Amino acid sequence: MKAIVYIRLKTEVLDPQGQAIESALKNLGESTINNIRQGKLIEMDIEAKNIKDAEEKIEKITKSLLANTVIEEYSIEIS
Amino acid sequence: MNVTIIRFPGTNCDLDTANAVKKVLGIEPKIISCKENKIPKSDLIIIPGGFSYGDYLRSGAIAAREPIMDDLELKGNQGVYIIGICNGFQILTERKLLPGSLLKNSSLKFISKNVELKITRNDTYFTSKYQTNEIVNIPIAHHDGNFFADQDTLDSIEANNQVAFRYLNPVNGSLNNIAGLYNKNLNILGLMPHPERAVDIRTGTKDGSRVFESALNFYST
Amino acid sequence: MDIYESHSINKEEKELLLNYLGRDPSHTEIGIFSVMWSEHCSYKSSRHWLKKLHTKGKQVIQGPGENAGVVDIGDNQAIIFKMESHNHPSFIEPYQGAATGVGGIMRDVFTMGARPIALLNSIRFGEFTHPKTKFLLSGVVAGIGGYGNCVGIPTIAGETGFDSSYNGNNLVNAMCVGLATKDKIFYSKASGIGNPVVYVGAKTGRDGIHGATMASGEFDDESEKNRPTVQVGDPYAEKLLLEACLELMQKDAIISIQDMGAAGLTSSSVEMADKGKVGIELNLNNIPTRQQNLTAYEMMLSESQERMLMVLKPEKTEIAKEVFKKWGVDFAIVGKITETNNIVVSHNGIIEADIPIKFLTDNAPMYKRKKINKNKRNQKSQPIPSIKTKDAILKLLNSPNLCSKKWVWEQYDRTIMANTLNDAGRDGGIVRIENTEKAIAMSCDVNPRYCHADAKIGAMQAVAECWRNIISMGAKPLAITNCLNFGNPEKPEIMNDFVETIEGIRDASIVLDFPVVSGNVSLYNETNGVAIKNTPTIGGVGLIESIGVLDNFGPLNIGDSIYMIGKKGSHLSCSSLEEVCNGKSSINPPEIDLNQEKLNGTGVLELIQERIITSCHDISDGGMIVAICEMIMMDNRGAAINIVDDTKMIGELFGEDQSRYIITIPPERESIFEKKMKKLGVKYELIGCITSSQLKINDSIVISNNEIRDAYESLIPSIMNNRA
Repeated sequence: MKAIVYIRLKTEVLDPQGQAIESALKNLGESTINNIRQGKLIEMDIEAKNIKDAEEKIEKITKSLLANTVIEEYSIEIS
Repeated sequence: MNVTIIRFPGTNCDLDTANAVKKVLGIEPKIISCKENKIPKSDLIIIPGGFSYGDYLRSGAIAAREPIMDDLELKGNQGVYIIGICNGFQILTERKLLPGSLLKNSSLKFISKNVELKITRNDTYFTSKYQTNEIVNIPIAHHDGNFFADQDTLDSIEANNQVAFRYLNPVNGSLNNIAGLYNKNLNILGLMPHPERAVDIRTGTKDGSRVFESALNFYST
Repeated sequence: MDIYESHSINKEEKELLLNYLGRDPSHTEIGIFSVMWSEHCSYKSSRHWLKKLHTKGKQVIQGPGENAGVVDIGDNQAIIFKMESHNHPSFIEPYQGAATGVGGIMRDVFTMGARPIALLNSIRFGEFTHPKTKFLLSGVVAGIGGYGNCVGIPTIAGETGFDSSYNGNNLVNAMCVGLATKDKIFYSKASGIGNPVVYVGAKTGRDGIHGATMASGEFDDESEKNRPTVQVGDPYAEKLLLEACLELMQKDAIISIQDMGAAGLTSSSVEMADKGKVGIELNLNNIPTRQQNLTAYEMMLSESQERMLMVLKPEKTEIAKEVFKKWGVDFAIVGKITETNNIVVSHNGIIEADIPIKFLTDNAPMYKRKKINKNKRNQKSQPIPSIKTKDAILKLLNSPNLCSKKWVWEQYDRTIMANTLNDAGRDGGIVRIENTEKAIAMSCDVNPRYCHADAKIGAMQAVAECWRNIISMGAKPLAITNCLNFGNPEKPEIMNDFVETIEGIRDASIVLDFPVVSGNVSLYNETNGVAIKNTPTIGGVGLIESIGVLDNFGPLNIGDSIYMIGKKGSHLSCSSLEEVCNGKSSINPPEIDLNQEKLNGTGVLELIQERIITSCHDISDGGMIVAICEMIMMDNRGAAINIVDDTKMIGELFGEDQSRYIITIPPERESIFEKKMKKLGVKYELIGCITSSQLKINDSIVISNNEIRDAYESLIPSIMNNRA
């Protein structure tokens, strides 16, 4: 199975990279885009009995290493 | 006094820190690899600066999950004194031995310069040789030194008087200008500035030596 | 386009190749020839002339021809250093191009057994207001910092310049200085028939295939599409490779070692075998790879970073393997040394290449290209527009080339290793040698404006300025490295400038006993036919025997007298004042008298060593007044300057006459100073004195420290910190 973990800063944490992207777009004349938040995507292959089993495994490694839950939030996609 | 320095792959301030300990305290510290199972009996454990595991994933994240960190956590809970400098501070927060987290500098750039710091209190193991509210000058060199904690955590850090050093002027976006802080029991210190680079007036400032001298002072008395 | 043309092998070279082999080459062989015969690897346009450089001296342990140059600093210690360009890759992808440039030069130094102790760089961009400049500057600076900071080597000095001639070709010249034990220096000469050839470091991927040929061709608008060929640097891998190599070097296992730089496995294996006059056999099935199904052609040409090739003593192979395993670095035996004098490459049991090595090295094409001396000189100085002196000073300090580069160097870790005594913002950098009283002073210099006006004078001036900067820091100059950045050498006027540059460097290094011990040539720095100004960057090192002489040297003391060493300034053509006020400069740079240079410099060095003076700064771009402003800004002091003849004020303040320094002296030592200078026959002038604040000239001109600081420090942040 394939798993994708999306990680980004929590909304209450300042995201200067997101702001920099946004102001760059504004400078390019793109005024209709707001509130950019950037993050990262980690993809992997996983061996699991079923989707639920995979989700549990990925949840575990995300909490323990991939994301820092002090500042980051995440979502998981299995296919 | 036994001083141990833990080296991770990508640590690059291990030798500087060992030299500073030698110069200031006249003690030969032990440098150990993070691949060892146990930390030898130590009065002070130092996690030096650098780019452990290349700062990949997040600064300090991979190092914080090395098996040797189980022993470090155990020793920290037993009251052994621990300092994490720069990347060492990041590792300690990733391990949750210290509260909060260190984000990218608000300028999004690496910053290398000498900064003025205010000593918050001088009644700890690490600061007895300073005066409270004394202003000292110590270099910083980091990309991810912007201290963040949620409001409750920040309130509790302040309420417990856990801040060790504050930047006199805003540098990297750190909340409350926090440059270094203690755990609740005051036996673990994390700081972004590099005291080991400030032990000889010929290199610009000697203000960092007293972190090490304070530790020795405690040990001797 | 046939396969030869697509490999940048021209018709004559194709004939030569076929004639050498006596058969049709394989695809892999064409690839090998194309990179070994590229300008970057073969120096085919420059080789003939480079032999004319002055490369000898009693301080020299190893001159050009190895991975880096080596000089003796006494006590069985040696300094190993080199500078290299990474211009083309940095234009295409500034962060990675600059980062891998730093990584490559560091490997050149630690390959020889030295632990790197300092990095320097010289970076040049198009006009400050050019739309690409901001993007390139921020990427290059972040890339240099990103790599050096992570490996943990302080970046202590350098220069950042802007000029429209770099609009389509920015320059990134990186220099690394390392410290080695004199009797433990490692060379690339392979030996011992049957000895194992070992690959260590990062895995091989498809990165940078044809980097060397890219670095040897002109740009056009299509070049930006070449992105896939740019290598990506991994400083973390470099740090592990560095520690593993230095550890193995303590174990008497290495016969020869060579960094895999441009043209990767091909050039490293060929160079090692060539130096040892032996053959080499490679089995590509043993190469650690990152991707599957790499072909022989791709493996031979890949420029994946952070890799080394070594020949080991067979009995030490297991020990070596353990060391690399401990550091988590790949280690593979990929071939052996043979007596055939050929490079033989096999893959999946098939011989993919079998080429006599001399065809790739000594017998590679060499050109003595046509040169034409288009004498550009003799343009009269343009009149300086009437501008108030105060405004001119502030305008110069606020100009892209003279303003503070703090925005740049604050992104470089300058204090790591805890031995930095002096860094960016002064004349150069100084690092102490751990556990000794010695220190090494370093500087990188060139003034492309002078070089463009007169290649020979510009080259002499670059060497002299580097010498002067090292003297100003209290060090005895030892030797230099260089990066010769030029346009297309097939253009006779560019070739002529190149040859005159070599002559200028040679003359200056002979008189100043400042030999060239390493270097690199970067040609074809042109876009759509427009060449850069010739830019022969000079990087020098000097030795401070006892750092005690630097105690109380540097910070300005109120009340100290300010003197100038050398004659009063007057030469305004080709000056910064002219360029900044007129927007262009005339083709008439200041002459340089090398014997005078030597006399003045030797005198100043004695003044520092005998602790007679309290600070020193060389006079260069912008003239005396800019030098004084830089000094007072550094320590937040003021100065009161006296110009006796008002009608000569502009010349004295802004003239760029050579071989001059500003020094400060406590009043009680003035008589010793004067006596000494008279005895040596060195000219000097009393200029004024250090005050607590403001710059005052003849009581008529007063500039506050805030005005100076604002002009000096605001320009770069005002553009760069505006996020866009």
